[in-house]
Amino acid sequence: MCAKPKLYYFDGRGKMESIRWLLAAAGVEFEEEFLETRDQYEKLLQGGSLLFQQVPMVEIDGMRMVQTRAILSYIAAKYNLYGKDLKERALIDMYVGGTDDLMGFILMFPFLSAEDKEKQRAFIVQKATSRYFPVYEKVLKDHGQDFLVGNNFSWADVHLLEAILMVEEKKADVLSGFPQLQAFKARISSIPAIKKFLEPGSQRKPVPDDKYVETVRRVLLMYYDVKAN
Amino acid sequence: MSGKPRLTYLNGRGRMESIRWLLAAAGVEFEEVYLETKEQYDKLIKDGFLLFQQVPLVEIDGMKMVQTRAIMSYIAGKYNLHGKDLKERALIDMYVEGISDLMQMILMFPFSPPDAKEKNLESIKERATNRYFPVFEKVLKQHGQDFLVGNKFSWADVQLIEAILAVEEKVPAILSGFPQLQVFKTKMSNMPTIKKFLQPGSPRKPPPDAHYVETVLKVFKK
Repeated sequence: MCAKPKLYYFDGRGKMESIRWLLAAAGVEFEEEFLETRDQYEKLLQGGSLLFQQVPMVEIDGMRMVQTRAILSYIAAKYNLYGKDLKERALIDMYVGGTDDLMGFILMFPFLSAEDKEKQRAFIVQKATSRYFPVYEKVLKDHGQDFLVGNNFSWADVHLLEAILMVEEKKADVLSGFPQLQAFKARISSIPAIKKFLEPGSQRKPVPDDKYVETVRRVLLMYYDVKAN
Repeated sequence: MSGKPRLTYLNGRGRMESIRWLLAAAGVEFEEVYLETKEQYDKLIKDGFLLFQQVPLVEIDGMKMVQTRAIMSYIAGKYNLHGKDLKERALIDMYVEGISDLMQMILMFPFSPPDAKEKNLESIKERATNRYFPVFEKVLKQHGQDFLVGNKFSWADVQLIEAILAVEEKVPAILSGFPQLQVFKTKMSNMPTIKKFLQPGSPRKPPPDAHYVETVLKVFKK
Protein backbone atom coordinates (compact mmCIF):
# COMPACT_ATOMS: atom_id res chain seq x y z
CA MET A 1 0.00 0.00 0.00
CA CYS A 2 1.09 3.52 -0.64
CA ALA A 3 2.44 5.47 2.27
CA LYS A 4 0.92 8.86 3.01
CA PRO A 5 2.35 11.74 0.99
CA LYS A 6 4.93 13.71 2.98
CA LEU A 7 5.26 17.47 2.57
CA TYR A 8 8.53 19.32 3.18
CA TYR A 9 8.12 23.05 3.77
CA PHE A 10 7.99 25.74 6.42
CA ASP A 11 5.27 25.64 9.04
CA GLY A 12 3.23 28.16 7.13
CA ARG A 13 1.29 28.74 3.93
CA GLY A 14 3.63 29.93 1.18
CA LYS A 15 3.64 27.83 -1.96
CA MET A 16 2.72 24.65 -0.13
CA GLU A 17 -0.74 25.78 0.99
CA SER A 18 -2.46 25.08 -2.35
CA ILE A 19 -1.06 21.56 -2.17
CA ARG A 20 -2.45 21.07 1.36
CA TRP A 21 -5.83 22.32 0.14
CA LEU A 22 -5.89 19.93 -2.81
CA LEU A 23 -4.85 16.87 -0.84
CA ALA A 24 -7.41 17.72 1.82
CA ALA A 25 -10.13 18.25 -0.79
CA ALA A 26 -9.27 14.86 -2.27
CA GLY A 27 -9.62 13.31 1.19
CA VAL A 28 -5.96 12.32 1.28
CA GLU A 29 -4.16 12.27 4.62
CA PHE A 30 -0.62 13.56 4.58
CA GLU A 31 2.39 14.06 6.83
CA GLU A 32 4.48 17.18 7.10
CA GLU A 33 8.09 17.93 7.95
CA PHE A 34 8.60 21.57 8.86
CA LEU A 35 11.81 23.39 7.99
CA GLU A 36 12.94 25.39 10.98
CA THR A 37 16.70 25.69 10.67
CA ARG A 38 19.21 26.34 7.96
CA ASP A 39 20.93 23.07 8.88
CA GLN A 40 17.82 21.05 8.15
CA TYR A 41 17.55 22.69 4.77
CA GLU A 42 21.20 22.10 3.94
CA LYS A 43 20.81 18.45 4.88
CA LEU A 44 17.93 18.17 2.42
CA LEU A 45 20.02 19.87 -0.24
CA GLN A 46 23.06 17.69 0.35
CA GLY A 47 20.91 14.57 0.40
CA GLY A 48 19.88 15.37 -3.14
CA SER A 49 16.16 15.32 -2.52
CA LEU A 50 15.47 18.79 -3.92
CA LEU A 51 15.75 18.58 -7.69
CA PHE A 52 16.21 22.32 -8.20
CA GLN A 53 17.38 23.01 -4.64
CA GLN A 54 13.96 24.36 -3.70
CA VAL A 55 10.89 23.58 -1.66
CA PRO A 56 7.99 22.71 -1.83
CA MET A 57 8.94 19.07 -2.04
CA VAL A 58 6.38 16.28 -1.73
CA GLU A 59 7.26 12.62 -1.38
CA ILE A 60 4.43 10.82 -3.12
CA ASP A 61 4.13 7.43 -4.82
CA GLY A 62 7.87 6.83 -4.70
CA MET A 63 8.71 10.21 -6.23
CA ARG A 64 10.30 13.26 -4.65
CA MET A 65 8.23 15.84 -6.49
CA VAL A 66 9.15 19.50 -6.67
CA GLN A 67 7.65 22.46 -8.55
CA THR A 68 4.29 23.40 -7.11
CA ARG A 69 2.44 23.26 -10.43
CA ALA A 70 3.76 19.79 -11.26
CA ILE A 71 2.78 18.49 -7.82
CA LEU A 72 -0.72 19.98 -8.02
CA SER A 73 -1.27 18.60 -11.54
CA TYR A 74 -0.25 15.13 -10.42
CA ILE A 75 -2.55 15.15 -7.40
CA ALA A 76 -5.45 16.54 -9.43
CA ALA A 77 -5.10 13.85 -12.07
CA LYS A 78 -4.56 11.03 -9.60
CA TYR A 79 -7.70 11.89 -7.63
CA ASN A 80 -9.93 12.68 -10.61
CA LEU A 81 -10.08 16.40 -10.00
CA TYR A 82 -8.77 17.29 -13.45
CA GLY A 83 -11.78 17.03 -15.72
CA LYS A 84 -12.88 14.16 -17.92
CA ASP A 85 -10.95 15.04 -21.09
CA LEU A 86 -8.34 17.33 -22.59
CA LYS A 87 -10.74 20.25 -23.12
CA GLU A 88 -12.01 20.18 -19.54
CA ARG A 89 -8.41 19.98 -18.39
CA ALA A 90 -7.64 23.03 -20.53
CA LEU A 91 -10.44 25.00 -18.85
CA ILE A 92 -9.30 23.91 -15.39
CA ASP A 93 -5.71 24.87 -16.25
CA MET A 94 -6.83 28.31 -17.45
CA TYR A 95 -8.92 28.97 -14.36
CA VAL A 96 -6.20 27.75 -12.01
CA GLY A 97 -3.70 29.95 -13.88
CA GLY A 98 -5.84 32.96 -13.02
CA THR A 99 -6.29 32.15 -9.32
CA ASP A 100 -2.60 31.28 -9.17
CA ASP A 101 -1.67 34.73 -10.49
CA LEU A 102 -4.03 36.33 -7.94
CA MET A 103 -2.65 34.31 -5.04
CA GLY A 104 0.84 35.15 -6.25
CA PHE A 105 0.22 38.78 -5.31
CA ILE A 106 -0.63 37.63 -1.80
CA LEU A 107 2.31 35.24 -1.47
CA MET A 108 4.90 37.96 -1.04
CA PHE A 109 2.64 40.15 1.13
CA PRO A 110 4.12 39.14 4.52
CA PHE A 111 7.62 40.08 3.31
CA LEU A 112 6.72 43.67 2.47
CA SER A 113 7.39 46.76 4.55
CA ALA A 114 4.38 48.17 6.40
CA GLU A 115 4.00 50.95 3.84
CA ASP A 116 4.22 48.59 0.89
CA LYS A 117 1.70 46.29 2.55
CA GLU A 118 -0.97 48.96 2.31
CA LYS A 119 -0.17 49.55 -1.35
CA GLN A 120 -0.20 45.84 -2.07
CA ARG A 121 -3.47 45.30 -0.22
CA ALA A 122 -5.13 47.85 -2.49
CA PHE A 123 -3.49 46.24 -5.53
CA ILE A 124 -4.72 42.76 -4.55
CA VAL A 125 -8.27 43.96 -4.00
CA GLN A 126 -8.27 45.91 -7.26
CA LYS A 127 -7.05 42.94 -9.27
CA ALA A 128 -9.41 40.53 -7.53
CA THR A 129 -12.48 42.66 -8.14
CA SER A 130 -11.69 43.91 -11.64
CA ARG A 131 -9.76 41.09 -13.29
CA TYR A 132 -10.29 37.75 -11.58
CA PHE A 133 -13.55 37.52 -9.62
CA PRO A 134 -15.67 38.82 -12.52
CA VAL A 135 -14.44 35.93 -14.68
CA TYR A 136 -15.53 33.23 -12.25
CA GLU A 137 -18.75 35.09 -11.42
CA LYS A 138 -19.62 35.03 -15.12
CA VAL A 139 -18.64 31.37 -15.61
CA LEU A 140 -20.94 30.32 -12.78
CA LYS A 141 -23.75 32.63 -13.91
CA ASP A 142 -23.56 31.47 -17.54
CA HIS A 143 -23.83 27.73 -16.91
CA GLY A 144 -25.73 27.89 -13.61
CA GLN A 145 -23.96 24.79 -12.31
CA ASP A 146 -22.48 24.19 -8.89
CA PHE A 147 -18.92 23.72 -10.09
CA LEU A 148 -16.69 25.66 -12.45
CA VAL A 149 -16.01 22.92 -15.00
CA GLY A 150 -18.00 20.02 -16.39
CA ASN A 151 -20.60 19.98 -13.63
CA ASN A 152 -18.10 18.12 -11.49
CA PHE A 153 -15.98 19.08 -8.49
CA SER A 154 -12.42 19.80 -9.66
CA TRP A 155 -9.09 21.38 -8.78
CA ALA A 156 -10.41 24.67 -10.20
CA ASP A 157 -13.10 24.83 -7.49
CA VAL A 158 -10.64 24.11 -4.68
CA HIS A 159 -8.20 26.71 -5.95
CA LEU A 160 -10.89 29.37 -6.35
CA LEU A 161 -12.22 28.84 -2.83
CA GLU A 162 -8.70 29.11 -1.46
CA ALA A 163 -8.18 32.37 -3.38
CA ILE A 164 -11.52 33.82 -2.24
CA LEU A 165 -10.75 33.15 1.43
CA MET A 166 -7.26 34.62 1.10
CA VAL A 167 -8.52 37.83 -0.49
CA GLU A 168 -11.27 38.08 2.14
CA GLU A 169 -8.55 38.06 4.77
CA LYS A 170 -7.29 41.26 3.15
CA LYS A 171 -10.74 42.81 2.72
CA ALA A 172 -13.63 41.14 4.46
CA ASP A 173 -16.43 42.36 2.17
CA VAL A 174 -14.62 41.81 -1.11
CA LEU A 175 -17.35 39.47 -2.38
CA SER A 176 -20.08 42.04 -1.96
CA GLY A 177 -20.49 42.57 -5.70
CA PHE A 178 -20.36 38.87 -6.52
CA PRO A 179 -23.51 36.94 -5.60
CA GLN A 180 -22.54 33.81 -7.56
CA LEU A 181 -19.20 33.66 -5.77
CA GLN A 182 -20.89 34.08 -2.41
CA ALA A 183 -23.10 31.08 -3.15
CA PHE A 184 -20.09 29.18 -4.52
CA LYS A 185 -18.11 29.89 -1.38
CA ALA A 186 -20.90 28.57 0.85
CA ARG A 187 -21.43 25.52 -1.31
CA ILE A 188 -17.81 24.45 -1.64
CA SER A 189 -17.07 25.17 2.02
CA SER A 190 -19.75 22.70 3.00
CA ILE A 191 -18.30 19.79 1.05
CA PRO A 192 -17.32 17.37 3.87
CA ALA A 193 -13.59 17.14 3.09
CA ILE A 194 -13.33 20.91 2.73
CA LYS A 195 -15.47 21.61 5.78
CA LYS A 196 -13.10 19.43 7.78
CA PHE A 197 -10.08 21.31 6.42
CA LEU A 198 -11.66 24.62 7.45
CA GLU A 199 -12.11 23.50 11.04
CA PRO A 200 -9.57 24.23 13.78
CA GLY A 201 -7.04 21.45 14.23
CA SER A 202 -6.74 20.72 10.51
CA GLN A 203 -3.47 21.06 8.63
CA ARG A 204 -4.54 24.36 7.13
CA LYS A 205 -2.00 27.01 8.07
CA PRO A 206 -2.86 30.43 9.53
CA VAL A 207 -2.22 33.81 7.93
CA PRO A 208 1.58 34.26 7.81
CA ASP A 209 3.02 36.38 10.61
CA ASP A 210 6.43 37.85 11.44
CA LYS A 211 7.63 34.58 12.92
CA TYR A 212 6.90 32.87 9.60
CA VAL A 213 8.79 35.56 7.70
CA GLU A 214 11.75 35.21 10.06
CA THR A 215 11.81 31.45 9.59
CA VAL A 216 11.75 31.68 5.81
CA ARG A 217 14.47 34.31 5.77
CA ARG A 218 16.62 32.29 8.15
CA VAL A 219 16.25 28.95 6.40
CA LEU A 220 16.65 30.27 2.87
CA LEU A 221 19.15 33.02 3.78
CA MET A 222 16.68 35.27 1.98
CA TYR A 223 17.50 38.64 3.50
CA TYR A 224 16.87 40.88 0.53
CA ASP A 225 13.94 43.29 0.42
CA VAL A 226 10.83 42.24 -1.43
CA LYS A 227 9.05 44.94 -3.41
CA ALA A 228 5.34 45.42 -3.94
CA ASN A 229 3.77 44.98 -7.40
CA MET B 1 -12.06 20.47 -39.58
CA SER B 2 -10.46 22.99 -37.28
CA GLY B 3 -8.48 25.81 -38.80
CA LYS B 4 -4.88 26.35 -37.88
CA PRO B 5 -4.23 27.60 -34.36
CA ARG B 6 -4.01 31.39 -34.28
CA LEU B 7 -1.58 33.10 -31.96
CA THR B 8 -2.08 36.69 -30.78
CA TYR B 9 0.92 38.40 -29.22
CA LEU B 10 3.58 40.95 -29.97
CA ASN B 11 5.95 40.35 -32.84
CA GLY B 12 8.62 39.00 -30.56
CA ARG B 13 9.46 36.18 -28.18
CA GLY B 14 8.11 36.95 -24.72
CA ARG B 15 5.78 34.35 -23.29
CA MET B 16 4.56 33.19 -26.68
CA GLU B 17 7.90 31.86 -27.89
CA SER B 18 7.69 28.58 -25.95
CA ILE B 19 4.28 28.01 -27.51
CA ARG B 20 5.68 28.63 -31.01
CA TRP B 21 8.47 26.14 -30.27
CA LEU B 22 6.04 23.48 -29.08
CA LEU B 23 3.66 23.83 -32.01
CA ALA B 24 6.58 23.79 -34.42
CA ALA B 25 8.12 20.74 -32.76
CA ALA B 26 4.76 18.97 -33.05
CA GLY B 27 4.73 19.83 -36.75
CA VAL B 28 1.66 22.06 -36.41
CA GLU B 29 1.32 25.07 -38.70
CA PHE B 30 -0.12 28.20 -37.12
CA GLU B 31 -1.10 31.77 -37.89
CA GLU B 32 -0.07 34.85 -35.98
CA VAL B 33 -1.66 38.20 -35.22
CA TYR B 34 0.78 40.83 -33.95
CA LEU B 35 -0.17 43.48 -31.42
CA GLU B 36 1.40 46.75 -32.40
CA THR B 37 -0.76 49.39 -30.73
CA LYS B 38 -2.52 49.90 -27.43
CA GLU B 39 -5.77 50.37 -29.34
CA GLN B 40 -5.54 46.87 -30.83
CA TYR B 41 -4.98 45.43 -27.37
CA ASP B 42 -7.78 47.44 -25.76
CA LYS B 43 -10.13 46.28 -28.50
CA LEU B 44 -9.27 42.63 -27.85
CA ILE B 45 -10.13 43.15 -24.20
CA LYS B 46 -13.33 45.04 -24.98
CA ASP B 47 -14.43 42.29 -27.39
CA GLY B 48 -14.00 39.69 -24.64
CA PHE B 49 -11.21 37.69 -26.23
CA LEU B 50 -8.86 37.75 -23.26
CA LEU B 51 -10.18 35.87 -20.26
CA PHE B 52 -7.91 37.67 -17.80
CA GLN B 53 -7.20 40.68 -20.05
CA GLN B 54 -3.80 39.26 -20.93
CA VAL B 55 -1.92 37.71 -23.80
CA PRO B 56 -0.69 35.16 -24.92
CA LEU B 57 -3.94 34.21 -26.60
CA VAL B 58 -4.15 31.06 -28.71
CA GLU B 59 -7.32 30.29 -30.61
CA ILE B 60 -7.30 26.53 -30.99
CA ASP B 61 -10.00 23.89 -31.44
CA GLY B 62 -12.79 26.37 -30.86
CA MET B 63 -11.28 27.69 -27.62
CA LYS B 64 -9.79 31.09 -26.87
CA MET B 65 -6.98 29.85 -24.64
CA VAL B 66 -4.98 32.07 -22.35
CA GLN B 67 -2.41 31.31 -19.62
CA THR B 68 0.82 30.08 -21.14
CA ARG B 69 1.04 26.88 -19.12
CA ALA B 70 -2.56 25.90 -19.86
CA ILE B 71 -1.95 26.43 -23.56
CA MET B 72 1.24 24.38 -23.60
CA SER B 73 -0.29 21.57 -21.54
CA TYR B 74 -3.12 21.36 -24.02
CA ILE B 75 -0.81 21.27 -27.03
CA ALA B 76 1.47 18.72 -25.37
CA GLY B 77 -1.51 16.54 -24.45
CA LYS B 78 -3.08 16.81 -27.89
CA TYR B 79 0.10 15.97 -29.80
CA ASN B 80 1.35 13.19 -27.53
CA LEU B 81 4.26 15.13 -26.08
CA HIS B 82 3.18 14.76 -22.45
CA GLY B 83 4.36 11.23 -21.61
CA LYS B 84 2.50 7.93 -21.66
CA ASP B 85 1.12 7.96 -18.11
CA LEU B 86 0.73 10.06 -15.00
CA LYS B 87 4.24 9.44 -13.71
CA GLU B 88 5.89 10.41 -17.00
CA ARG B 89 3.68 13.47 -17.06
CA ALA B 90 4.84 14.33 -13.54
CA LEU B 91 8.49 14.13 -14.62
CA ILE B 92 7.85 16.23 -17.72
CA ASP B 93 5.96 18.80 -15.66
CA MET B 94 8.79 19.02 -13.11
CA TYR B 95 11.41 19.48 -15.79
CA VAL B 96 9.33 22.01 -17.73
CA GLU B 97 8.58 24.06 -14.61
CA GLY B 98 12.25 24.16 -13.64
CA ILE B 99 13.29 25.29 -17.11
CA SER B 100 10.48 27.79 -17.09
CA ASP B 101 11.92 29.39 -13.93
CA LEU B 102 15.21 29.85 -15.80
CA MET B 103 13.42 31.19 -18.88
CA GLN B 104 11.56 33.67 -16.67
CA MET B 105 14.91 35.31 -15.84
CA ILE B 106 15.65 35.64 -19.55
CA LEU B 107 12.15 36.93 -20.22
CA MET B 108 12.55 39.76 -17.74
CA PHE B 109 16.12 40.60 -18.72
CA PRO B 110 15.42 43.14 -21.51
CA PHE B 111 13.29 45.11 -19.03
CA SER B 112 15.97 45.40 -16.36
CA PRO B 113 17.21 48.90 -15.64
CA PRO B 114 20.61 49.49 -17.30
CA ASP B 115 22.51 49.40 -14.00
CA ALA B 116 21.04 45.99 -13.13
CA LYS B 117 21.73 44.30 -16.47
CA GLU B 118 25.17 43.00 -15.62
CA LYS B 119 24.02 41.57 -12.30
CA ASN B 120 21.01 39.92 -13.92
CA LEU B 121 23.15 38.42 -16.64
CA GLU B 122 25.43 36.99 -13.97
CA SER B 123 22.38 35.51 -12.19
CA ILE B 124 21.21 33.83 -15.39
CA LYS B 125 24.67 32.35 -15.90
CA GLU B 126 24.89 31.22 -12.26
CA ARG B 127 21.45 29.61 -12.20
CA ALA B 128 21.92 27.86 -15.53
CA THR B 129 25.32 26.53 -14.53
CA ASN B 130 24.63 25.58 -10.92
CA ARG B 131 20.93 24.86 -10.64
CA TYR B 132 19.31 23.88 -13.92
CA PHE B 133 21.74 22.47 -16.46
CA PRO B 134 23.38 20.05 -13.99
CA VAL B 135 19.98 18.43 -13.39
CA PHE B 136 19.41 17.64 -17.05
CA GLU B 137 23.05 16.67 -17.61
CA LYS B 138 22.61 14.10 -14.85
CA VAL B 139 19.24 12.84 -16.12
CA LEU B 140 20.67 12.22 -19.59
CA LYS B 141 23.86 10.66 -18.24
CA GLN B 142 22.00 8.29 -15.93
CA HIS B 143 19.61 6.78 -18.43
CA GLY B 144 21.80 7.25 -21.49
CA GLN B 145 18.75 7.83 -23.69
CA ASP B 146 18.26 10.49 -26.33
CA PHE B 147 15.26 12.10 -24.67
CA LEU B 148 14.66 13.32 -21.14
CA VAL B 149 11.61 11.20 -20.30
CA GLY B 150 10.45 7.73 -21.25
CA ASN B 151 12.84 7.30 -24.16
CA LYS B 152 10.50 9.41 -26.24
CA PHE B 153 10.47 12.96 -27.57
CA SER B 154 8.36 15.17 -25.30
CA TRP B 155 7.54 18.73 -24.27
CA ALA B 156 10.44 18.57 -21.81
CA ASP B 157 12.95 18.13 -24.63
CA VAL B 158 11.50 21.04 -26.59
CA GLN B 159 11.57 23.30 -23.55
CA LEU B 160 15.16 22.33 -22.78
CA ILE B 161 16.53 22.93 -26.29
CA GLU B 162 14.76 26.30 -26.33
CA ALA B 163 16.35 27.21 -22.99
CA ILE B 164 19.83 26.05 -24.02
CA LEU B 165 19.76 28.21 -27.14
CA ALA B 166 18.33 31.19 -25.26
CA VAL B 167 21.05 31.05 -22.60
CA GLU B 168 23.76 30.53 -25.22
CA GLU B 169 22.70 33.78 -26.86
CA LYS B 170 23.62 35.50 -23.59
CA VAL B 171 26.49 33.29 -22.44
CA PRO B 172 28.00 31.62 -25.50
CA ALA B 173 30.18 29.08 -23.68
CA ILE B 174 27.47 28.04 -21.22
CA LEU B 175 27.52 24.38 -22.28
CA SER B 176 31.26 23.97 -21.89
CA GLY B 177 30.91 21.90 -18.70
CA PHE B 178 27.98 19.85 -19.99
CA PRO B 179 28.95 17.19 -22.57
CA GLN B 180 25.56 15.41 -22.41
CA LEU B 181 23.74 18.66 -23.08
CA GLN B 182 26.03 19.39 -26.03
CA VAL B 183 25.06 16.06 -27.58
CA PHE B 184 21.41 16.67 -26.68
CA LYS B 185 21.52 20.07 -28.33
CA THR B 186 22.86 18.60 -31.55
CA LYS B 187 20.36 15.73 -31.58
CA MET B 188 17.34 17.95 -30.93
CA SER B 189 18.47 20.54 -33.45
CA ASN B 190 18.56 17.82 -36.09
CA MET B 191 15.04 16.54 -35.51
CA PRO B 192 13.21 17.44 -38.72
CA THR B 193 10.52 19.72 -37.22
CA ILE B 194 13.01 21.50 -34.98
CA LYS B 195 15.58 21.81 -37.75
CA LYS B 196 12.94 23.51 -39.87
CA PHE B 197 12.05 25.87 -37.01
CA LEU B 198 15.70 26.83 -36.62
CA GLN B 199 16.01 27.86 -40.25
CA PRO B 200 15.57 31.46 -41.44
CA GLY B 201 12.02 32.24 -42.49
CA SER B 202 10.42 30.14 -39.75
CA PRO B 203 8.00 31.66 -37.18
CA ARG B 204 10.83 31.69 -34.62
CA LYS B 205 11.38 35.22 -33.33
CA PRO B 206 14.76 36.93 -32.91
CA PRO B 207 16.18 37.93 -29.51
CA PRO B 208 14.32 40.92 -28.03
CA ASP B 209 15.77 44.30 -28.97
CA ALA B 210 15.08 47.90 -27.96
CA HIS B 211 12.20 48.15 -30.44
CA TYR B 212 10.53 45.10 -28.91
CA VAL B 213 10.86 46.54 -25.40
CA GLU B 214 9.39 49.83 -26.64
CA THR B 215 6.43 48.05 -28.21
CA VAL B 216 5.72 46.07 -25.04
CA LEU B 217 5.74 49.21 -22.93
CA LYS B 218 3.54 51.04 -25.42
CA VAL B 219 0.94 48.30 -25.94
CA PHE B 220 0.56 47.43 -22.27
CA LYS B 221 0.73 50.96 -20.93
CA LYS B 222 -1.89 51.50 -18.23
